[in-house]
Formats: sequence, C-alpha cells, structure tokens
Amino acid sequence: MKRIYSVLVENRSGVLCKVAGLFSRRNFNIDSLAVGETDDPAVSCMTIVSSGDERTIEQIEKQLNKKLDIIKVKTFDESQSVSRELMLVKVKFNKGNRRDIMETCEIMKAQIVDMSKNQMMIQICDVPERTALLITLLASISIVEVARTGTLALPKCDA
Amino acid sequence: MTGADAIIKCLEAEGVDIVFGYPGVAICPFYNSILHSSIRSVLIRTEQNAAHAASGLARVTGKVGVCAVTSGPGATNLLTGIATAFADSIPLVCITGQVDSELIGSDVFQEADVTGAAESFVKYSYLVRNVNDIPRIFKEAFHIASTGRRGPVLIDVPIDIQNASLSRFQYPEEVNLRTYKPTVKGHVVQIQKVIKELEKAKRPIICAGGGVLLSGAREELQAFAEKYRVPVVSTMMGIGVMPTEHPMYYGMVGNNGKPFANRAMNESDMLIMAGARVADRAVSQPDLITENKVLVHIDVDPAEIGKNVGPTIPLVGDLKHIFQEFAGQELSGGYEDWISALDGYRRQMEPKRRPNPAYVDPAAFIRMLSETMQEDGVYVADVGQNQIWSCGYHIVRKGRFLTSGGMGTMGYSIPAAMGAKLGDPARQVIAVCGDGSFQMSMMELATMRQHNIPVKIVVLKNNYLGMVREYQHYTYQDHYSVVDLSGSPDLEKLSAAYDLPFIRLADMNGAQEAIDTFLREDTSMLMECLIDPMDLVK
Repeated sequence: MKRIYSVLVENRSGVLCKVAGLFSRRNFNIDSLAVGETDDPAVSCMTIVSSGDERTIEQIEKQLNKKLDIIKVKTFDESQSVSRELMLVKVKFNKGNRRDIMETCEIMKAQIVDMSKNQMMIQICDVPERTALLITLLASISIVEVARTGTLALPKCDA
Repeated sequence: MTGADAIIKCLEAEGVDIVFGYPGVAICPFYNSILHSSIRSVLIRTEQNAAHAASGLARVTGKVGVCAVTSGPGATNLLTGIATAFADSIPLVCITGQVDSELIGSDVFQEADVTGAAESFVKYSYLVRNVNDIPRIFKEAFHIASTGRRGPVLIDVPIDIQNASLSRFQYPEEVNLRTYKPTVKGHVVQIQKVIKELEKAKRPIICAGGGVLLSGAREELQAFAEKYRVPVVSTMMGIGVMPTEHPMYYGMVGNNGKPFANRAMNESDMLIMAGARVADRAVSQPDLITENKVLVHIDVDPAEIGKNVGPTIPLVGDLKHIFQEFAGQELSGGYEDWISALDGYRRQMEPKRRPNPAYVDPAAFIRMLSETMQEDGVYVADVGQNQIWSCGYHIVRKGRFLTSGGMGTMGYSIPAAMGAKLGDPARQVIAVCGDGSFQMSMMELATMRQHNIPVKIVVLKNNYLGMVREYQHYTYQDHYSVVDLSGSPDLEKLSAAYDLPFIRLADMNGAQEAIDTFLREDTSMLMECLIDPMDLVK
C-alpha cells in the first residue's frame, strides 16, 4: 500500500536527518522524499512517499507525530491529492533520432531546456507515473544523467 | 554570568541536588561552576554508570535524574546508559561537553557527534548554539523528560558556549513547545467503553507494565483491582505495581514469568494492558492475546498502541488519571469464579525447583533476603539468570523493584542502586547481580567508598555467564562458547582492597544468619553466594 505523508517540520538544521533516521531505524520504506521551505520561513514541508501494510502505515504516522521537531503530519493516498514530480534528463542525440526525441517530448509535454551539439536536457513536470514513463521512452536513446525531485503532493482543495 | 553558571542555575531551579558524572576538558567550565553551588557532584568511574545512577535516582524519587560528562569518549561511553533509560522510559537530562562551536565538524581531539549518535534513543536532544538559549533549553529539557512518556533528553554544550557570557539570566516560568503536547486525560468515551466491556466480561485481567510506576498510579491501580476484584499480572518492568503476595496479584508474565500468570492472561476474555509495550519477552505471540478476547491498551504514548498488537479499545492517556477516572465509574465488578480458578492455577502451577544442596539455592536465598530486608527497601536486580530469579522469587512489599527491563543492560544494578540510595537515603538498597554483571560495574565500589553510599551488594557467583550458558545448554546442546568466567577476582580480596566488609555464603546452612549480618547496619557490604554453575532458571 502506497501512502503520502505531508509533514510540516521546524526549519532547523538536523531535522531532515532525524526524520530520515526514523525511517531507517524502524525499517520503514522511503520511496521518495522532498523538502522545501513553506510560506513561513521557520517551517519546512517534507513530502514523503512510503509503502507498507496497514500497521506500518499507521506506525509511520504515529512515530512521525512523536518527533518533537515535527509540527503536523498529514497523510493521504494518491487519489486524495494532487502530486507532481519535476525531472531533468540529459540525453545524447544524433541526426537520426533528434526528431524522434522532439516528438516524444511534445507528446509527453516535456520541454527541451538546454542543448549542445550532441546533448540535450529535457524537463518534465508531471505526475510521477508520467515522469517514469518518459524515462522508459528515452531509455532506448542514450541517457547521460537524470535528476528527479521526488514526489511533491498536497491534499486536494477542500479535502 | 557564564553559560556554565547559567546551566547550574537551571539545575537549581529544577530542584536538582545531585549530578552524576565524569569531567574532561570540554565539560570543565560546568564542573568549575558547580563548585559554587549546593548541588552535589558524584564522580562515577565510567560514564555509562552516570546514566544508570541517575536512572536509579529518578526511579525512586520520581524526579529527573541528571548526569554530566565530557565530549568524545565521555559522551560515547554514556550512550549505553542513555539507551537503557530510553528503553525503560526513565526521565533523565544528560549534559555532554562538546568541542568549541567553531571546531565542530573538523574531527578535533575528543570530538564526537553525540546528538547524531544518540538520535534513535533519546526523547529529544539539543546542541546549544547560543549561550542565551540555555535557560529555555533546560526548561524544555526537564519538561520533555518528565512528561508524557518519560525518557532521556540530551543537551550537548560546546565549551565556548559554557564560557560565553549571558546577557541576562531568567529561568522561564513555562515552556512553549508547539510540537509537544502529550495527552494526559483519557478520552471519556473510551473510558466508558472499557467500563461497559468490564461489565460484560467474565474473566478480565489487568497486565500492568512499567508505565503504572512511572505515572505514580500504583495506589490507584491497586484500589481499582481490590474494589472491583479484577486480577492483576505484570510485566518485568511492572513488578511492584502490587505487593507480590497481594491476593489479587498473579505474578509476572512472559517467557521468564510464572506459568500461572501466562495462563491467566491467555484464558482471560478481557485483557487490559496498562502502561505495557506488548514487547516480545512479555508477549511472545502478540496475535494470541487478541484471540477470543477484548483487548484494551492504555498508554500515554499513542505509538505504543497498535505497534505490536491491534487493540479493541485504544486508550491514550496518563495511567494515574485514567485509573482515577475508572474509580468514578459505575461498575458491579466481582469475578469470583475466575478468581478462584486463578487461585487454583497459582497453587498448582508454581514451578518446582530441585536445588543442589551443595550450593546456595538462589530462589530460596532471594526469598529469604526479601523477607528479611526492610519492607520499603529497594531491590535492584541486574541482568542474567540473577534477574530471572529475582523476578521470580523477590517479594515486593512496600518497596521498589528496579532492573533494566527493555535493554537488559548488564552492570545496571550497582550504579542504579547507588543512585537510588542517594535519592532516598532512608531506604535500604540492595543490588543483586551475577559475577558477570558485577564485573561490568565493579569499578563503582570506589564511588561507593568515596561518596559513602551505603549500598548492599549480593553477587550470585557461578563462574559463568549463566544466562548465555543456559541458552547454549538448550539451543546448542551444551556446546559452551565464551561463557566461562575463569580469571574473575577473589571477591574477598577485592572487598578488602576497597575496605568493604565481606561475607561468603557457600550453601544454605547459616543463610539466615548471614543475611541478618549483611543487613544489620546501614553500611555497604558485599555478599558472595556460591551457586550451582549448572543451575537453570527454567
């Protein structure tokens, strides 16, 4: 079972380490983790995607709530939220596949954000399944490197 | 005023009168300032024992235990003591010196990232970055350690912060922590549900854990059990929630507990886990205790509820409050058929021992010792076979039974007994250990002498790491590996070296006279009991 935790934490040094440490200490999975400041500079928001059985999912929430640097834990699944992931992919291209890549980008609503004689960088911001799909599509071409933010998610409006 | 002065002022404001510790350069400003205070500092002989001593003090006084050690190896030595306190939810404030703030991260002499290392077994930790934060941090630390689910809080203070000047010292009146508001009062609806189920139940039982003692709910629990005739069993950490020979108390559960206590728990149709974690040693198959019964789980820590077993009725709150609430509810109570069945089990299922008459029988000895000791005395059991015999045969009357339950840290008994004695000097305090656990803390005999701490020490000597030997007996068919304690010191000579009176008991002849001599005066004494090396707890 997949679960998303949106965790408001005190924006202090060491807090990310404590939260990540909690997951490894208790043998919980982290599928992805993304952190950033909120509108209040004293507060950061961590979006953690995890998975496990029902008891684990409940324990994760309770254990997070025990941490004194954590202000609020919201938990939801994908259907109750809007989720996005940003990814940058650098690929090598040649004359033969240049057009194919551009077409793929167009279909996937990805943008080419940088380019040289034989490399281009593609940016996509979409639901995590679509960013993963883009990797699959580009895998046949030679991928040089990939950077992904991990999932960001918020519960749907008025949820 | 320096940061170190401010720390001392904070400790004074919290009513701390003893600090256990070990100095080193990085904590020297603190140990310089403490000279100007009425706070007594006790030099223990290895840092781990500072935390154990503070734990013993905390457990008998209900106050927060305090220890202070230096950076690097001092801090890392302390870690086992902190983890031990964490596992048993004992309130401590542990102060560690740290290298100069500017040097943190550069691997200078005696630098260790102690807040990082201790993260998974502290309730909270601080690395002090600004001297002006000291009053707030200490106020918060004592509050965090002593409320909700108790536990150790670590404060790491760089030496430059201890030496820096404070612009103004004002100890905060209250704490303001937006992320920490433990639930104390139990939910009314849940409380009524429990009472409703108790009304329907035929075979209810309360399994009391260490949480009952930590919240000071001993009297409330006993009153409840007596008034409504609800039987009680306990976990190891719960020993002492009721007098051992109270008619409504049916012993310790678990793989090292009483068979009749386990049977009582298994046959119940309603089980109230009160301040107990449902950990593996008490409940080896958590799923079994949910079968065919209503399970109520009461704990101040919501994360404990449902961690190992899914309860029918979860109830979050402080046990003292909750049992006070229970007392105000309408309940007919009285489960006489169940009680007489349990009394039958207790009569028939007391394990029979066949002691070897050539040695001291630890079971008979412990029983005799506990009957002879003062009724409000503190009995501190170490870890190993001695612990299991202590759990099985020590009789708690009005006193306390202390041991390292969750972590099972060998060497706990002597420093914890010292802390308990200093915390409550009027009480008789006895540490009972094996020859393995004794040797893990025997350096503290010097501390006892230096600070005149009249603790009684019993060493059950069998020249083996008995608990492991027993495990190897059953699991590896007597294929003993690294459990022989040959080379141990002659305890009579050792006692003489520390100028401690000594008694040796070789068998049960004259045991009572030896115990009488051992306990006669409020002075330290060491008693060695030679026990059968092949004796088993099971």
